Amino acid sequence: MYFKLKIWRQKSPEDKGGFQSYELDDVSPDMSFLEMIDVLNESLERKGGEPVHFDHDCREGICGTCGMFINGRPHGPQRGIATCQLHMRSFNDGDTITIEPWRARSFPVIKDLVVDRSAFDRIIQAGGFVSVSTGGVPDANEIPISTSIANEAMDAASCIGCGACVAACKNASAMLFVAAKISQLALLPQGKIEAKTRAENMVEQMDKEGFGTCTNTEACEAECPKEIGLVHIARMNREYYFAKQSSESLSEREKVHEG
Amino acid sequence: MNLDAKIPEGPLVEKWTRHKFNIKLVNPANKRKYDIIVIGTGLAGASAAASLAELGYNIKSFCFQDSPRRAHSIAAQGGINASKNYQNDGDSDYRLFYDTIKGGDYRSREANVYRLAEVSSSIIDQCVAQGVPFAREYGGLLDNRSFGGAQVSRTFYARGQTGQQLLLGAYSAISRQIANGMVQIFPRTEMLDLVVVDGQARGVVVRDLVTGKIESHSSHAVILATGGYGNVFYLSTNAMASNATAAWRAHKRGALFANPCFTQIHPTCIPVSGEHQSKLTLMSESLRNDGRIWVPKKGIKGLTAKDAVHIPEEERDYFLERRYPSFGNLVPRDVASRNAKMMCDEGRGVGATGLAVFLDFADTIQRDGRDMIEQKYGNLFDMYKQITADDPYDVPMMIYPAVHYTMGGLWVDYNLMTNINGLYALGECNFSDHGANRLGASALMQGLADGYFVIPYTIGDYLAGMPYEKIPVDYEAFQLAEKNVKDRIENLLKINGNRTVDDFHKELGKIMWDYCGMARNEEGLRHAKQEVIRLRDEFWKDLKVTGTNDELNMSLEKANRVADFFELGELMIDDALQRRESCGGHFREESQTEEGEALRIDDEFSFVAAWNFTGKDQPEELIKEELVFENVKLTQRSYK
Amino acid sequence: MNWLSQTLTSSLGKKLIMALTGLFLILFLTGHLLGNLQLLKDDGGQAFNEYAKFMTTTPVIKILSYLTYICIILHVIYSLILTIHNRKARPIKYAVSRQSENSVWTSRNMGILGTIVLLFLVIHLRSFWYEMHYGSIPTIEYEGGGQIKNLYQIVVEAFSQLWYVILYVVSMAALAFHLSHGFQSAFQTLGLRHQKYTPIIKSAGLLFAILVPALFALQPVYIYLKNL
Repeated sequence: MYFKLKIWRQKSPEDKGGFQSYELDDVSPDMSFLEMIDVLNESLERKGGEPVHFDHDCREGICGTCGMFINGRPHGPQRGIATCQLHMRSFNDGDTITIEPWRARSFPVIKDLVVDRSAFDRIIQAGGFVSVSTGGVPDANEIPISTSIANEAMDAASCIGCGACVAACKNASAMLFVAAKISQLALLPQGKIEAKTRAENMVEQMDKEGFGTCTNTEACEAECPKEIGLVHIARMNREYYFAKQSSESLSEREKVHEG
Repeated sequence: MNLDAKIPEGPLVEKWTRHKFNIKLVNPANKRKYDIIVIGTGLAGASAAASLAELGYNIKSFCFQDSPRRAHSIAAQGGINASKNYQNDGDSDYRLFYDTIKGGDYRSREANVYRLAEVSSSIIDQCVAQGVPFAREYGGLLDNRSFGGAQVSRTFYARGQTGQQLLLGAYSAISRQIANGMVQIFPRTEMLDLVVVDGQARGVVVRDLVTGKIESHSSHAVILATGGYGNVFYLSTNAMASNATAAWRAHKRGALFANPCFTQIHPTCIPVSGEHQSKLTLMSESLRNDGRIWVPKKGIKGLTAKDAVHIPEEERDYFLERRYPSFGNLVPRDVASRNAKMMCDEGRGVGATGLAVFLDFADTIQRDGRDMIEQKYGNLFDMYKQITADDPYDVPMMIYPAVHYTMGGLWVDYNLMTNINGLYALGECNFSDHGANRLGASALMQGLADGYFVIPYTIGDYLAGMPYEKIPVDYEAFQLAEKNVKDRIENLLKINGNRTVDDFHKELGKIMWDYCGMARNEEGLRHAKQEVIRLRDEFWKDLKVTGTNDELNMSLEKANRVADFFELGELMIDDALQRRESCGGHFREESQTEEGEALRIDDEFSFVAAWNFTGKDQPEELIKEELVFENVKLTQRSYK
Repeated sequence: MNWLSQTLTSSLGKKLIMALTGLFLILFLTGHLLGNLQLLKDDGGQAFNEYAKFMTTTPVIKILSYLTYICIILHVIYSLILTIHNRKARPIKYAVSRQSENSVWTSRNMGILGTIVLLFLVIHLRSFWYEMHYGSIPTIEYEGGGQIKNLYQIVVEAFSQLWYVILYVVSMAALAFHLSHGFQSAFQTLGLRHQKYTPIIKSAGLLFAILVPALFALQPVYIYLKNL
């Protein structure tokens, strides 16, 4: 197969960046999308050029490292997969493929297609956990959990933190990511204890990071490689409003955890 | 050098309890005076960093990924074993211990493995308390399944994403400690050297992968939890960036590397589709419960799955059912892998490359109906179709073995400390618990056991004897290590040859796979060693790395890692050469029974092969730790 | 910042205000429509004029109308704040974007649709509300009642102009699209999502979004045709 590639190249965070065009021939339809870029990079390097930098690791759709905006869609034209699971047979011979990095103020470009998603880590650090230390916990079967609750929590927990929700959203909102964690832990009895402070703190951190707000376009759900649903955003909203009107916390985020 | 594994005295079941009582403790008020560096944020690293921070130690945690949540533990699918005996089917710590020792083909330490079984239950409790959504039964209690041929149902799972859920649990714990200020996290930062002062590990040299800055960090102890080295083979189920660099640099600073040739080959991976292949995808072993494995009786070049449907029954060879009538398609991983390779070597392999065998569900679909299969394997079938464009409901799957896990690693004693004082190795990075072959669902167990329930105790024993003062990073040993790292990077950048890193890596991988993979023999190994040395020389003469050190430079990162793979690959070959027995995951052709099955030689090779680096271009010194079995009786495996 | 102001200035708080004001305006639309249906009565405008008088003089209605003004203003201001905020969240746009493949057009264009509705509202208020309150409107006397303002006459005069009728129809179409997303979106924002009830909410929202603007648009068209 033959492709014309238009790829965003940006040397550093300060660099202005721009599109570069490449042509690639003899692409096998069995190649994964990232393997296609590998082939391009091999040829660039042989000619002494710098390879296109992109984040990737497990290449089986679970680590959440890869993410490219391909022809106007995060992770490309198919649903329910990450970029690494996309294969060239999903394209037509002769196609022009435009590849861009995730675009969001909170995901600054580091180089080419590599962006900084540490905002997600900081949001989890604000409360995406259950405050139990190692040891001293009850037996795992002490609290029964219904299969439907466990399943719904698992749906939310399957988030891979790739950022496609932010990339897809016209407002660059991170609500699906944040909601997935708030919802998972709000559903489970183990997480309920801290549900209020968690919702308050994580939403506050999300706002601080500069993400946009949700306008319920549902694009995130459509583009999520794990197909996490809007039902979790609704739950986050409920949790947050309930927490705000009933929690003991009077002002901004309090240090609720031992220092 | 005499190796002391420091195994506590006393009966097997009491060793850990006694040991915990006998080791020294650090006063709670003094813990904050100690700094510990943890490299890697997978199951072992993240759980260790979080647990130690909870105790009050100051932790610096490093990972080369962009976030601690992305470590490759996340890709483990199947599950995690624990001897909870929730199913009332006769499981116990002792049974889990016994199965693990036996599964490892009697090449692991009894005491370590028993401790692993003993703490396994606590891991499940801990993970549930963190909010890990394990699968549940309708009554709300935890569900278990039988895995990898175990006689009891002891495997806990979270859909096909158990590794992900456990890792996110550990990630949440470390995130909480980052928020508390007890863990300082350094993502996109790779360890490139270990600093040893007066025989003690006192810090590391790291490279900031975004800016290229080389920096030293000083500490009272260093924990390596950096995973396995399966990527020596280029193609494996490991993540693209999984590497051996941290462990290898520690080895070159004096840490012994144990059993490097013990690698695990997984039989049910999706075969290579062409030259462009960058990694292999594992499919759950459970598929073998219902699929039948076959190749045509007479080799057919380039046989596709679509054409295979028309091959009549009498022209098919269900080779596992034929050779192992009682176990059939459910023989252990190593036997299944080896037989598949044998068929391909005979020229009966299928697919475009001839390196695949069929895994056929047609009979099962006919017997149980498509719905039944969809319920059990729907996700896997979809995944297969996504990758290959073949629909396994209509045509047989193709599978081929792939490197999946490395049992070898840094030598550690019972405290998980290497032979360098204050240097610890946890998880897949050490050699300790899986012997010559790892059982399904036990890697997750070991990673978390080490991090949550072993290191928090054993590290105190060492730190209790340490002064509070840290060595300043302008100290000579740090400066020398930094220079060492910088020189090497400079050397890589200035070669300016013609071949790319991947090009070399692919060739190295092929040598290793062909001669030091599932089946080995003396002649092949000797040839491979020459080849690796030749290729390594060429690497240092003809490598091309573009860009500079002072930026995000992924080619440079790769080059640094592959350079270490060359040295490690050579050691793997040396280790494979000396181990003239078939054992666990690997088959030494000179050591087989009359029927062509693996033959273990216990009186000669019942030891851990620990290798000591003696200097550049010097042969490594083999140090043996004899394995003593007081509780289990060694038997040969038979699956006929 | 105290907890209340902090809540209302958070991203979710702003969304909450949009949803609540939106839902109130949906209620207002219902009431407004029921009253305006008097226009369709063939009584020379008596019912309508009496209704108009009732609406401008009853104290409870007055309070409700002030609430409506507040809601409109808040809905507009917050939508502006959110739009500006959301634009800042993505300073560099994508060169190629195929949003039509992951979301519906209305959901992405609430701002444009809302702006059309707002422009309409200004003209609409100028024509009738302003006239009713501050303008010089001819009066009319009905049996059993005193002199009341003949707003009906103003309406009929306005709706006999074709451009005015077209403006109404177009604006009501914009309102329909605005509501088709806004109705169900408000429930989602409030966290009211359930696999049993959300399909009902979505259907009801769609029905409302079609029926209410259609009936509003019917009035100028009816009057225009009647007076041809």
